Amino acid sequence: MSTQSAPARLSRELIGALIVFALFAGLPILADAMGDTFVVFFTIRIMVFAIAAVSLSLILGYGAMVSFGHAAYLGLGAYCVAILAEHGIWDVTVSLPVTLAVCGLFALVTGAISLKTRGVYFIMITLAFGQMAYYTATSLSAYGGDDGLTMWGRTEILGSTALGDRTVFYYVVLGCLLTCYLLARMIVASRFGRVLQGAKQSEMRLRAIGIDPYAYRLIAYVIAGMMAGLAGALLANAAEFVSPAYMSWHRSGELIVMVVLGGLGSLLGAIVGAASFLVLEEVLSHFTEHWRLIFGPFLVLVVLFGRGGLISLLPGGRKNG
Amino acid sequence: MAEPILALDDLCKAYGALKVTSHVSLDVRPGEIHAVIGPNGAGKTTLIGQISGSLAPDSGRIRFDGRDVTALPMHARAHAGLLRSFQITEILPAFTARENVALALQAREGHSFRFWRNVSRDADLNARADACLAELGLEARAEVPAGTLSHGEKRALELAIAMACEPKLLLLDEPMAGTGREETDRLVEVLRALKGRYAMLLVEHDMSAVFALADRISVLVYGEIVATGTPEEIRDNPRVREAYLGEEAVA
Repeated sequence: MSTQSAPARLSRELIGALIVFALFAGLPILADAMGDTFVVFFTIRIMVFAIAAVSLSLILGYGAMVSFGHAAYLGLGAYCVAILAEHGIWDVTVSLPVTLAVCGLFALVTGAISLKTRGVYFIMITLAFGQMAYYTATSLSAYGGDDGLTMWGRTEILGSTALGDRTVFYYVVLGCLLTCYLLARMIVASRFGRVLQGAKQSEMRLRAIGIDPYAYRLIAYVIAGMMAGLAGALLANAAEFVSPAYMSWHRSGELIVMVVLGGLGSLLGAIVGAASFLVLEEVLSHFTEHWRLIFGPFLVLVVLFGRGGLISLLPGGRKNG
Repeated sequence: MAEPILALDDLCKAYGALKVTSHVSLDVRPGEIHAVIGPNGAGKTTLIGQISGSLAPDSGRIRFDGRDVTALPMHARAHAGLLRSFQITEILPAFTARENVALALQAREGHSFRFWRNVSRDADLNARADACLAELGLEARAEVPAGTLSHGEKRALELAIAMACEPKLLLLDEPMAGTGREETDRLVEVLRALKGRYAMLLVEHDMSAVFALADRISVLVYGEIVATGTPEEIRDNPRVREAYLGEEAVA
Protein backbone atom coordinates (compact mmCIF):
# COMPACT_ATOMS: atom_id res chain seq x y z
CA MET A 1 0.00 0.00 0.00
CA SER A 2 1.06 3.52 -0.62
CA THR A 3 2.47 5.54 2.20
CA GLN A 4 1.64 8.79 0.43
CA SER A 5 -0.90 10.95 2.13
CA ALA A 6 -4.44 10.72 0.83
CA PRO A 7 -4.49 14.13 -0.91
CA ALA A 8 -1.30 13.34 -2.87
CA ARG A 9 -2.77 10.03 -3.97
CA LEU A 10 -6.00 11.70 -4.89
CA SER A 11 -4.53 14.42 -7.05
CA ARG A 12 -2.32 11.93 -8.89
CA GLU A 13 -5.32 9.78 -9.71
CA LEU A 14 -7.22 12.92 -10.68
CA ILE A 15 -4.53 14.03 -13.13
CA GLY A 16 -4.33 10.53 -14.56
CA ALA A 17 -8.10 10.38 -15.00
CA LEU A 18 -8.16 13.79 -16.69
CA ILE A 19 -5.49 12.66 -19.16
CA VAL A 20 -7.21 9.34 -19.91
CA PHE A 21 -10.65 10.85 -20.42
CA ALA A 22 -9.24 13.76 -22.45
CA LEU A 23 -7.61 11.22 -24.76
CA PHE A 24 -10.87 9.32 -25.12
CA ALA A 25 -12.81 12.54 -25.75
CA GLY A 26 -10.39 13.85 -28.36
CA LEU A 27 -9.85 10.64 -30.25
CA PRO A 28 -12.82 10.78 -32.69
CA ILE A 29 -11.80 14.27 -33.79
CA LEU A 30 -8.27 13.07 -34.47
CA ALA A 31 -9.53 9.94 -36.21
CA ASP A 32 -11.85 11.98 -38.42
CA ALA A 33 -9.00 14.25 -39.41
CA MET A 34 -6.96 11.19 -40.38
CA GLY A 35 -9.95 9.56 -42.06
CA ASP A 36 -9.47 6.43 -39.96
CA THR A 37 -12.73 4.83 -38.86
CA PHE A 38 -11.25 1.61 -37.46
CA VAL A 39 -9.67 3.47 -34.53
CA VAL A 40 -13.07 4.75 -33.44
CA PHE A 41 -14.67 1.30 -33.53
CA PHE A 42 -11.69 -0.14 -31.74
CA THR A 43 -11.78 2.52 -29.02
CA ILE A 44 -15.49 1.89 -28.47
CA ARG A 45 -14.54 -1.71 -27.79
CA ILE A 46 -11.82 -0.56 -25.38
CA MET A 47 -14.24 1.65 -23.47
CA VAL A 48 -16.85 -1.12 -23.23
CA PHE A 49 -14.32 -3.53 -21.75
CA ALA A 50 -13.02 -0.73 -19.53
CA ILE A 51 -16.50 -0.50 -17.98
CA ALA A 52 -16.47 -4.26 -17.35
CA ALA A 53 -12.93 -4.02 -15.94
CA VAL A 54 -13.89 -1.13 -13.63
CA SER A 55 -16.80 -3.19 -12.31
CA LEU A 56 -14.56 -6.19 -11.70
CA SER A 57 -11.93 -3.96 -10.11
CA LEU A 58 -14.53 -2.80 -7.62
CA ILE A 59 -15.04 -6.30 -6.21
CA LEU A 60 -11.63 -7.80 -7.02
CA GLY A 61 -9.36 -4.89 -6.15
CA TYR A 62 -11.31 -3.48 -3.22
CA GLY A 63 -13.20 -6.49 -1.93
CA ALA A 64 -10.76 -9.32 -2.76
CA MET A 65 -13.57 -11.21 -4.48
CA VAL A 66 -11.85 -13.02 -7.35
CA SER A 67 -14.84 -13.59 -9.60
CA PHE A 68 -13.96 -15.98 -12.41
CA GLY A 69 -17.40 -15.65 -13.94
CA HIS A 70 -17.62 -11.94 -14.49
CA ALA A 71 -18.01 -12.29 -18.26
CA ALA A 72 -21.40 -13.88 -17.58
CA TYR A 73 -22.74 -10.40 -16.84
CA LEU A 74 -21.23 -9.07 -20.04
CA GLY A 75 -23.04 -11.79 -21.95
CA LEU A 76 -26.22 -11.50 -19.94
CA GLY A 77 -26.43 -7.77 -20.60
CA ALA A 78 -25.76 -8.31 -24.29
CA TYR A 79 -28.41 -11.04 -24.58
CA CYS A 80 -31.01 -8.93 -22.76
CA VAL A 81 -30.67 -6.19 -25.37
CA ALA A 82 -30.50 -8.58 -28.33
CA ILE A 83 -33.43 -10.77 -27.24
CA LEU A 84 -35.62 -7.73 -26.60
CA ALA A 85 -34.64 -6.42 -30.04
CA GLU A 86 -35.53 -9.79 -31.55
CA HIS A 87 -39.03 -9.23 -30.16
CA GLY A 88 -39.17 -5.73 -31.55
CA ILE A 89 -38.41 -3.87 -28.34
CA TRP A 90 -35.62 -1.44 -29.13
CA ASP A 91 -36.06 1.42 -26.74
CA VAL A 92 -33.53 2.13 -24.04
CA THR A 93 -36.30 2.98 -21.57
CA VAL A 94 -37.20 -0.72 -21.59
CA SER A 95 -33.94 -2.45 -22.45
CA LEU A 96 -31.74 -0.65 -19.92
CA PRO A 97 -33.95 -1.30 -16.84
CA VAL A 98 -34.48 -4.91 -17.96
CA THR A 99 -30.74 -5.43 -18.46
CA LEU A 100 -29.87 -3.95 -15.07
CA ALA A 101 -32.65 -5.89 -13.32
CA VAL A 102 -31.71 -9.22 -14.89
CA CYS A 103 -28.00 -8.79 -14.19
CA GLY A 104 -28.67 -7.50 -10.68
CA LEU A 105 -30.95 -10.42 -9.90
CA PHE A 106 -28.48 -12.96 -11.30
CA ALA A 107 -25.73 -11.37 -9.21
CA LEU A 108 -27.94 -11.34 -6.12
CA VAL A 109 -28.81 -15.03 -6.36
CA THR A 110 -25.40 -16.36 -7.43
CA GLY A 111 -23.58 -13.93 -5.16
CA ALA A 112 -25.65 -14.93 -2.13
CA ILE A 113 -24.47 -18.51 -2.67
CA SER A 114 -20.90 -17.81 -3.84
CA LEU A 115 -20.12 -15.42 -1.00
CA LYS A 116 -20.68 -18.19 1.53
CA THR A 117 -17.30 -19.45 0.32
CA ARG A 118 -13.80 -17.98 0.30
CA GLY A 119 -10.62 -18.09 -1.73
CA VAL A 120 -10.27 -20.86 -4.27
CA TYR A 121 -13.82 -22.06 -3.62
CA PHE A 122 -15.18 -18.64 -4.48
CA ILE A 123 -13.18 -18.66 -7.73
CA MET A 124 -14.51 -22.11 -8.62
CA ILE A 125 -18.14 -21.41 -7.77
CA THR A 126 -18.22 -18.13 -9.72
CA LEU A 127 -16.60 -20.00 -12.62
CA ALA A 128 -19.33 -22.63 -12.36
CA PHE A 129 -22.12 -20.03 -12.44
CA GLY A 130 -20.40 -18.34 -15.38
CA GLN A 131 -20.25 -21.61 -17.29
CA MET A 132 -23.90 -22.27 -16.48
CA ALA A 133 -24.79 -18.97 -18.12
CA TYR A 134 -22.54 -19.83 -21.06
CA TYR A 135 -24.12 -23.22 -21.71
CA THR A 136 -27.59 -21.80 -21.24
CA ALA A 137 -26.81 -19.28 -23.98
CA THR A 138 -25.47 -21.97 -26.33
CA SER A 139 -28.68 -23.95 -25.87
CA LEU A 140 -30.99 -21.03 -26.67
CA SER A 141 -31.79 -22.32 -30.14
CA ALA A 142 -34.57 -19.75 -30.57
CA TYR A 143 -31.91 -17.06 -30.23
CA GLY A 144 -29.18 -18.51 -32.39
CA GLY A 145 -27.70 -20.99 -29.94
CA ASP A 146 -24.00 -21.50 -30.62
CA ASP A 147 -24.04 -19.19 -33.62
CA GLY A 148 -25.19 -16.14 -31.72
CA LEU A 149 -27.79 -13.63 -32.66
CA THR A 150 -27.57 -10.66 -35.00
CA MET A 151 -29.18 -7.37 -34.00
CA TRP A 152 -30.52 -5.50 -37.02
CA GLY A 153 -29.78 -2.07 -35.62
CA ARG A 154 -29.00 -0.36 -32.36
CA THR A 155 -30.92 0.51 -29.23
CA GLU A 156 -33.21 3.50 -29.71
CA ILE A 157 -33.55 6.44 -27.37
CA LEU A 158 -37.23 7.43 -27.09
CA GLY A 159 -37.78 6.38 -30.69
CA SER A 160 -34.67 8.13 -31.99
CA THR A 161 -32.06 6.10 -33.83
CA ALA A 162 -29.30 8.52 -32.93
CA LEU A 163 -27.08 5.71 -31.62
CA GLY A 164 -26.76 4.50 -35.22
CA ASP A 165 -24.36 7.41 -35.72
CA ARG A 166 -20.84 6.26 -34.96
CA THR A 167 -19.76 9.45 -33.23
CA VAL A 168 -22.89 9.76 -31.12
CA PHE A 169 -22.58 6.13 -30.05
CA TYR A 170 -18.91 6.70 -29.24
CA TYR A 171 -19.70 9.56 -26.88
CA VAL A 172 -22.58 7.70 -25.27
CA VAL A 173 -20.19 4.84 -24.47
CA LEU A 174 -17.66 7.35 -23.16
CA GLY A 175 -20.37 8.92 -21.02
CA CYS A 176 -21.24 5.49 -19.62
CA LEU A 177 -17.58 4.79 -18.83
CA LEU A 178 -17.18 8.15 -17.12
CA THR A 179 -20.35 7.61 -15.09
CA CYS A 180 -19.32 4.12 -14.02
CA TYR A 181 -15.83 5.29 -13.12
CA LEU A 182 -17.11 8.20 -11.02
CA LEU A 183 -19.75 6.01 -9.40
CA ALA A 184 -17.17 3.37 -8.50
CA ARG A 185 -14.81 6.03 -7.12
CA MET A 186 -17.57 7.44 -4.98
CA ILE A 187 -18.49 4.00 -3.67
CA VAL A 188 -14.88 3.21 -2.83
CA ALA A 189 -14.50 6.47 -0.88
CA SER A 190 -17.79 6.08 1.01
CA ARG A 191 -18.56 4.42 4.33
CA PHE A 192 -19.68 1.40 2.35
CA GLY A 193 -16.37 1.32 0.51
CA ARG A 194 -14.43 1.52 3.75
CA VAL A 195 -16.26 -1.53 5.10
CA LEU A 196 -15.54 -3.37 1.85
CA GLN A 197 -11.83 -2.58 1.99
CA GLY A 198 -11.69 -3.36 5.71
CA ALA A 199 -13.25 -6.78 5.14
CA LYS A 200 -10.58 -7.47 2.54
CA GLN A 201 -7.85 -6.87 5.13
CA SER A 202 -9.34 -8.71 8.10
CA GLU A 203 -12.78 -10.20 8.30
CA MET A 204 -12.18 -11.10 11.95
CA ARG A 205 -11.46 -7.48 12.82
CA LEU A 206 -14.73 -6.39 11.25
CA ARG A 207 -16.73 -8.96 13.17
CA ALA A 208 -14.97 -7.89 16.34
CA ILE A 209 -16.20 -4.31 15.93
CA GLY A 210 -19.70 -5.46 15.10
CA ILE A 211 -19.81 -5.63 11.30
CA ASP A 212 -20.85 -8.72 9.38
CA PRO A 213 -19.20 -8.17 5.97
CA TYR A 214 -21.47 -10.59 4.06
CA ALA A 215 -24.22 -8.12 3.11
CA TYR A 216 -21.65 -5.48 2.11
CA ARG A 217 -19.84 -7.92 -0.15
CA LEU A 218 -23.13 -9.04 -1.67
CA ILE A 219 -24.25 -5.49 -2.48
CA ALA A 220 -20.85 -4.73 -4.02
CA TYR A 221 -21.17 -7.91 -6.07
CA VAL A 222 -24.61 -6.87 -7.30
CA ILE A 223 -23.41 -3.35 -8.21
CA ALA A 224 -20.47 -4.85 -10.13
CA GLY A 225 -22.79 -7.29 -11.90
CA MET A 226 -25.12 -4.52 -13.02
CA MET A 227 -22.20 -2.40 -14.21
CA ALA A 228 -20.83 -5.31 -16.25
CA GLY A 229 -24.36 -5.85 -17.59
CA LEU A 230 -24.36 -2.28 -18.86
CA ALA A 231 -21.03 -3.00 -20.59
CA GLY A 232 -22.67 -6.06 -22.16
CA ALA A 233 -25.60 -4.01 -23.44
CA LEU A 234 -23.14 -1.58 -25.03
CA LEU A 235 -21.10 -4.46 -26.46
CA ALA A 236 -24.19 -5.89 -28.18
CA ASN A 237 -24.87 -2.46 -29.67
CA ALA A 238 -21.27 -1.97 -30.74
CA ALA A 239 -21.08 -5.28 -32.59
CA GLU A 240 -24.82 -5.46 -33.44
CA PHE A 241 -24.35 -9.11 -32.64
CA VAL A 242 -24.27 -11.29 -29.55
CA SER A 243 -22.82 -14.73 -29.03
CA PRO A 244 -22.25 -17.14 -26.14
CA ALA A 245 -18.52 -16.48 -26.55
CA TYR A 246 -19.09 -13.20 -24.67
CA MET A 247 -19.57 -15.22 -21.50
CA SER A 248 -16.94 -17.91 -21.92
CA TRP A 249 -14.51 -18.41 -19.09
CA HIS A 250 -11.67 -17.16 -21.31
CA ARG A 251 -13.37 -13.82 -21.34
CA SER A 252 -13.69 -13.85 -17.54
CA GLY A 253 -9.98 -14.61 -17.35
CA GLU A 254 -9.18 -11.75 -19.71
CA LEU A 255 -11.13 -9.36 -17.50
CA ILE A 256 -9.06 -10.45 -14.50
CA VAL A 257 -5.87 -9.97 -16.55
CA MET A 258 -7.00 -6.44 -17.48
CA VAL A 259 -7.55 -5.54 -13.83
CA VAL A 260 -4.27 -7.06 -12.65
CA LEU A 261 -2.33 -5.61 -15.60
CA GLY A 262 -3.62 -2.11 -14.89
CA GLY A 263 -3.15 -2.36 -11.15
CA LEU A 264 -5.20 -3.98 -8.41
CA GLY A 265 -6.84 -1.43 -6.20
CA SER A 266 -6.94 1.32 -8.81
CA LEU A 267 -10.08 2.03 -10.81
CA LEU A 268 -8.15 4.09 -13.31
CA GLY A 269 -5.77 1.15 -13.54
CA ALA A 270 -8.65 -1.03 -14.71
CA ILE A 271 -9.30 1.36 -17.60
CA VAL A 272 -5.60 1.52 -18.48
CA GLY A 273 -5.41 -2.26 -18.16
CA ALA A 274 -8.36 -2.84 -20.50
CA ALA A 275 -6.89 -0.46 -23.07
CA SER A 276 -3.40 -1.98 -22.84
CA PHE A 277 -4.71 -5.51 -23.11
CA LEU A 278 -6.81 -4.85 -26.21
CA VAL A 279 -4.14 -2.73 -27.91
CA LEU A 280 -1.47 -5.35 -27.27
CA GLU A 281 -3.79 -8.09 -28.50
CA GLU A 282 -4.50 -6.09 -31.67
CA VAL A 283 -0.90 -5.09 -32.37
CA LEU A 284 0.75 -8.38 -31.48
CA SER A 285 -1.76 -10.46 -33.43
CA HIS A 286 -0.71 -8.52 -36.54
CA PHE A 287 2.78 -9.98 -36.21
CA THR A 288 1.92 -13.51 -35.21
CA GLU A 289 -1.09 -15.61 -34.41
CA HIS A 290 0.87 -16.85 -31.39
CA TRP A 291 0.65 -13.39 -29.85
CA ARG A 292 -0.01 -14.85 -26.41
CA LEU A 293 3.57 -16.15 -26.42
CA ILE A 294 4.69 -12.52 -26.28
CA PHE A 295 1.85 -11.25 -24.14
CA GLY A 296 2.35 -13.90 -21.44
CA PRO A 297 5.94 -12.97 -20.55
CA PHE A 298 4.98 -9.28 -20.74
CA LEU A 299 2.26 -9.84 -18.15
CA VAL A 300 4.71 -11.73 -15.94
CA LEU A 301 7.18 -8.81 -16.14
CA VAL A 302 4.51 -6.26 -15.24
CA VAL A 303 3.35 -8.33 -12.28
CA LEU A 304 6.96 -8.92 -11.11
CA PHE A 305 8.38 -5.44 -11.55
CA GLY A 306 5.39 -3.19 -11.28
CA ARG A 307 3.54 -4.80 -8.42
CA GLY A 308 0.98 -2.04 -8.54
CA GLY A 309 0.35 -2.79 -12.24
CA LEU A 310 0.88 -0.46 -15.21
CA ILE A 311 -0.65 2.45 -13.30
CA SER A 312 2.24 2.34 -10.81
CA LEU A 313 4.80 2.59 -13.62
CA LEU A 314 3.52 6.02 -14.65
CA PRO A 315 5.60 9.04 -13.55
CA GLY A 316 5.02 9.79 -9.88
CA GLY A 317 3.53 6.37 -9.43
CA ARG A 318 3.68 4.28 -6.31
CA LYS A 319 7.26 3.16 -6.00
CA ASN A 320 6.79 0.09 -3.87
CA GLY A 321 3.34 -1.13 -4.67
CA MET B 1 -23.82 -6.31 44.89
CA ALA B 2 -24.64 -5.10 41.40
CA GLU B 3 -25.83 -7.50 38.74
CA PRO B 4 -22.76 -8.88 36.90
CA ILE B 5 -22.24 -7.51 33.39
CA LEU B 6 -21.00 -10.90 32.19
CA ALA B 7 -21.87 -14.27 33.66
CA LEU B 8 -20.67 -17.65 32.40
CA ASP B 9 -22.80 -20.50 33.66
CA ASP B 10 -21.44 -24.04 33.51
CA LEU B 11 -19.70 -23.59 30.15
CA CYS B 12 -18.36 -26.80 28.56
CA LYS B 13 -16.50 -27.44 25.33
CA ALA B 14 -14.57 -30.49 24.20
CA TYR B 15 -12.53 -31.36 21.15
CA GLY B 16 -13.11 -35.10 21.00
CA ALA B 17 -12.04 -36.50 24.37
CA LEU B 18 -10.11 -33.36 25.26
CA LYS B 19 -12.12 -31.11 27.54
CA VAL B 20 -10.85 -27.61 26.81
CA THR B 21 -13.56 -25.93 28.86
CA SER B 22 -14.99 -27.88 31.74
CA HIS B 23 -17.93 -26.52 33.77
CA VAL B 24 -16.61 -22.98 33.80
CA SER B 25 -18.70 -20.49 35.73
CA LEU B 26 -17.45 -17.00 36.40
CA ASP B 27 -18.73 -13.47 36.33
CA VAL B 28 -17.48 -9.94 35.80
CA ARG B 29 -19.09 -7.11 37.78
CA PRO B 30 -19.50 -3.60 36.42
CA GLY B 31 -16.26 -1.65 36.59
CA GLU B 32 -14.27 -4.65 37.72
CA ILE B 33 -11.12 -6.13 36.24
CA HIS B 34 -11.41 -9.87 36.47
CA ALA B 35 -8.25 -11.65 35.33
CA VAL B 36 -8.07 -15.22 34.09
CA ILE B 37 -4.67 -16.82 34.44
CA GLY B 38 -3.52 -20.33 33.78
CA PRO B 39 -0.59 -22.28 32.37
CA ASN B 40 -0.19 -22.81 28.63
CA GLY B 41 -2.87 -25.12 27.27
CA ALA B 42 -5.27 -24.33 30.10
CA GLY B 43 -7.91 -23.32 27.56
CA LYS B 44 -7.78 -19.55 27.95
CA THR B 45 -7.99 -18.73 24.25
CA THR B 46 -10.83 -21.20 23.72
CA LEU B 47 -12.67 -19.57 26.60
CA ILE B 48 -12.20 -16.12 25.04
CA GLY B 49 -13.45 -17.51 21.74
CA GLN B 50 -16.66 -18.73 23.37
CA ILE B 51 -17.27 -15.46 25.20
CA SER B 52 -16.63 -13.32 22.10
CA GLY B 53 -18.71 -15.60 19.89
CA SER B 54 -16.13 -16.97 17.46
CA LEU B 55 -16.55 -20.44 19.02
CA ALA B 56 -19.76 -22.14 20.14
CA PRO B 57 -19.78 -23.89 23.53
CA ASP B 58 -21.10 -27.46 23.73
CA SER B 59 -23.27 -26.60 26.73
CA GLY B 60 -23.77 -23.86 29.27
CA ARG B 61 -25.00 -20.29 29.04
CA ILE B 62 -23.40 -16.89 28.57
CA ARG B 63 -25.32 -13.92 29.91
CA PHE B 64 -24.19 -10.44 28.97
CA ASP B 65 -25.73 -7.18 30.10
CA GLY B 66 -28.90 -8.85 31.32
CA ARG B 67 -29.57 -11.12 28.37
CA ASP B 68 -28.60 -14.53 27.07
CA VAL B 69 -26.06 -14.11 24.24
CA THR B 70 -25.06 -17.77 23.93
CA ALA B 71 -26.55 -18.06 20.44
CA LEU B 72 -25.51 -14.60 19.15
CA PRO B 73 -22.78 -14.38 16.49
CA MET B 74 -19.64 -12.38 17.19
CA HIS B 75 -20.67 -9.20 15.40
CA ALA B 76 -23.99 -9.07 17.25
CA ARG B 77 -22.22 -9.43 20.61
CA ALA B 78 -19.86 -6.63 19.61
CA HIS B 79 -22.90 -4.50 18.86
CA ALA B 80 -24.27 -5.26 22.30
CA GLY B 81 -21.05 -3.88 23.81
CA LEU B 82 -18.90 -6.98 24.24
CA LEU B 83 -15.61 -5.99 22.63
CA ARG B 84 -12.50 -8.10 22.36
CA SER B 85 -8.86 -7.56 21.59
CA PHE B 86 -6.75 -10.26 20.01
CA GLN B 87 -3.73 -12.17 21.23
CA ILE B 88 -2.21 -11.85 17.78
CA THR B 89 -2.80 -8.26 16.75
CA GLU B 90 -5.74 -7.97 14.40
CA ILE B 91 -5.80 -4.53 12.81
CA LEU B 92 -6.41 -3.32 9.27
CA PRO B 93 -2.80 -2.82 8.11
CA ALA B 94 -3.46 -0.82 4.94
CA PHE B 95 -5.69 1.68 6.74
CA THR B 96 -4.22 4.50 8.77
CA ALA B 97 -4.62 4.40 12.54
CA ARG B 98 -7.36 7.01 12.19
CA GLU B 99 -9.21 4.96 9.57
CA ASN B 100 -9.04 1.90 11.81
CA VAL B 101 -10.74 3.76 14.64
CA ALA B 102 -13.16 5.61 12.34
CA LEU B 103 -14.40 2.30 10.96
CA ALA B 104 -15.16 1.15 14.50
CA LEU B 105 -17.07 4.39 15.17
CA GLN B 106 -18.90 3.89 11.90
CA ALA B 107 -19.90 0.36 12.96
CA ARG B 108 -21.29 1.84 16.16
CA GLU B 109 -23.60 4.14 14.20
CA GLY B 110 -25.58 1.35 12.62
CA HIS B 111 -25.39 0.15 9.05
CA SER B 112 -22.82 1.46 6.59
CA PHE B 113 -24.91 1.23 3.43
CA ARG B 114 -24.01 4.83 2.67
CA PHE B 115 -22.55 5.23 -0.76
CA TRP B 116 -22.38 8.91 -1.55
CA ARG B 117 -20.40 10.93 0.96
CA ASN B 118 -16.64 10.71 1.08
CA VAL B 119 -15.95 9.21 4.48
CA SER B 120 -12.35 10.46 4.71
CA ARG B 121 -13.72 14.03 4.63
CA ASP B 122 -16.22 13.40 7.41
CA ALA B 123 -14.73 15.92 9.84
CA ASP B 124 -16.93 14.89 12.75
CA LEU B 125 -16.03 11.23 12.39
CA ASN B 126 -12.33 12.02 12.06
CA ALA B 127 -12.38 14.28 15.11
CA ARG B 128 -13.96 11.58 17.23
CA ALA B 129 -11.45 9.02 15.92
CA ASP B 130 -8.59 11.35 16.80
CA ALA B 131 -10.01 11.78 20.30
CA CYS B 132 -9.92 8.00 20.81
CA LEU B 133 -6.35 7.85 19.50
CA ALA B 134 -5.32 10.70 21.81
CA GLU B 135 -6.57 8.80 24.85
CA LEU B 136 -4.03 6.11 24.12
CA GLY B 137 -1.23 8.49 23.16
CA LEU B 138 -1.47 7.73 19.45
CA GLU B 139 -2.54 11.18 18.25
CA ALA B 140 0.75 11.81 16.45
CA ARG B 141 0.39 8.51 14.57
CA ALA B 142 -3.12 9.10 13.20
CA GLU B 143 -2.03 9.30 9.54
CA VAL B 144 0.41 6.39 9.66
CA PRO B 145 -0.66 3.11 8.00
CA ALA B 146 -1.48 0.81 10.90
CA GLY B 147 0.68 -1.95 9.45
CA THR B 148 3.82 0.13 9.98
CA LEU B 149 3.17 0.96 13.65
CA SER B 150 5.41 -0.58 16.30
CA HIS B 151 4.12 -3.65 18.12
CA GLY B 152 3.24 -1.70 21.23
CA GLU B 153 1.47 0.95 19.17
CA LYS B 154 -0.57 -1.74 17.44
CA ARG B 155 -1.55 -3.05 20.86
CA ALA B 156 -2.66 0.43 21.87
CA LEU B 157 -4.50 0.84 18.56
CA GLU B 158 -6.46 -2.35 19.25
CA LEU B 159 -7.55 -0.82 22.53
CA ALA B 160 -8.49 2.44 20.83
CA ILE B 161 -10.60 0.50 18.32
CA ALA B 162 -12.36 -1.38 21.12
CA MET B 163 -12.98 1.83 23.08
CA ALA B 164 -14.42 3.53 19.99
CA CYS B 165 -17.14 0.87 20.07
CA GLU B 166 -18.34 2.13 23.48
CA PRO B 167 -17.83 -1.22 25.16
CA LYS B 168 -19.64 -2.37 28.28
CA LEU B 169 -17.05 -5.08 28.68
CA LEU B 170 -13.54 -5.35 27.30
CA LEU B 171 -12.35 -8.86 26.66
CA LEU B 172 -8.58 -8.60 26.57
CA ASP B 173 -6.75 -11.61 25.18
CA GLU B 174 -3.16 -11.34 26.40
CA PRO B 175 -2.73 -7.63 25.65
CA MET B 176 0.87 -7.75 26.89
CA ALA B 177 1.87 -10.67 24.66
CA GLY B 178 5.06 -9.94 22.78
CA THR B 179 5.58 -6.44 24.18
CA GLY B 180 8.81 -5.32 25.82
CA ARG B 181 9.10 -4.39 29.50
CA GLU B 182 8.67 -0.68 28.88
CA GLU B 183 5.66 -1.14 26.63
CA THR B 184 4.11 -3.51 29.15
CA ASP B 185 4.48 -0.87 31.86
CA ARG B 186 2.87 1.69 29.57
CA LEU B 187 -0.04 -0.62 28.77
CA VAL B 188 -0.54 -1.37 32.48
CA GLU B 189 -0.78 2.37 33.08
CA VAL B 190 -3.27 2.73 30.22
CA LEU B 191 -5.44 -0.09 31.58
CA ARG B 192 -5.21 1.28 35.11
CA ALA B 193 -6.48 4.61 33.80
CA LEU B 194 -9.42 2.85 32.16
CA LYS B 195 -10.22 0.86 35.28
CA GLY B 196 -13.69 1.56 36.59
CA ARG B 197 -14.79 2.99 33.26
CA TYR B 198 -15.18 -0.40 31.63
CA ALA B 199 -15.56 -3.83 33.07
CA MET B 200 -12.69 -5.99 31.84
CA LEU B 201 -12.00 -9.66 31.55
CA LEU B 202 -8.24 -9.84 31.26
CA VAL B 203 -6.57 -13.03 30.09
CA GLU B 204 -2.87 -12.53 30.61
CA HIS B 205 0.41 -14.34 31.09
CA ASP B 206 2.28 -11.44 32.63
CA MET B 207 1.87 -12.04 36.38
CA SER B 208 3.07 -8.64 37.53
CA ALA B 209 0.54 -6.98 35.23
CA VAL B 210 -2.26 -9.24 36.46
CA PHE B 211 -1.52 -8.66 40.14
CA ALA B 212 -1.14 -4.93 39.54
CA LEU B 213 -4.49 -4.58 37.80
CA ALA B 214 -6.98 -7.26 38.79
CA ASP B 215 -9.72 -6.96 41.40
CA ARG B 216 -10.33 -10.67 41.22
CA ILE B 217 -8.41 -13.50 39.63
CA SER B 218 -9.65 -16.85 38.38
CA VAL B 219 -7.19 -19.65 37.79
CA LEU B 220 -7.84 -21.95 34.85
CA VAL B 221 -6.10 -25.34 34.77
CA TYR B 222 -6.94 -27.97 32.14
CA GLY B 223 -10.16 -26.18 31.27
CA GLU B 224 -11.36 -25.98 34.85
CA ILE B 225 -11.52 -23.02 37.22
CA VAL B 226 -9.58 -24.20 40.28
CA ALA B 227 -9.85 -20.98 42.26
CA THR B 228 -11.37 -17.51 42.16
CA GLY B 229 -10.51 -14.73 44.59
CA THR B 230 -8.72 -11.49 45.28
CA PRO B 231 -5.06 -11.30 44.28
CA GLU B 232 -4.05 -11.95 47.91
CA GLU B 233 -6.25 -15.02 48.19
CA ILE B 234 -4.91 -16.38 44.93
CA ARG B 235 -1.32 -15.73 45.92
CA ASP B 236 -1.84 -17.73 49.13
CA ASN B 237 -3.94 -20.52 47.65
CA PRO B 238 -1.92 -23.76 47.87
CA ARG B 239 -3.65 -25.39 44.88
CA VAL B 240 -2.83 -22.41 42.74
CA ARG B 241 0.77 -22.31 43.88
CA GLU B 242 1.11 -25.95 43.00
CA ALA B 243 -0.65 -25.73 39.63
CA TYR B 244 0.73 -22.52 38.41
CA LEU B 245 2.58 -19.96 40.46
CA GLY B 246 5.16 -22.47 41.61
CA GLU B 247 6.24 -23.34 38.15
CA GLU B 248 6.27 -19.64 37.22
CA ALA B 249 8.49 -18.86 40.20
CA VAL B 250 10.96 -21.51 39.12
CA ALA B 251 10.97 -20.13 35.58
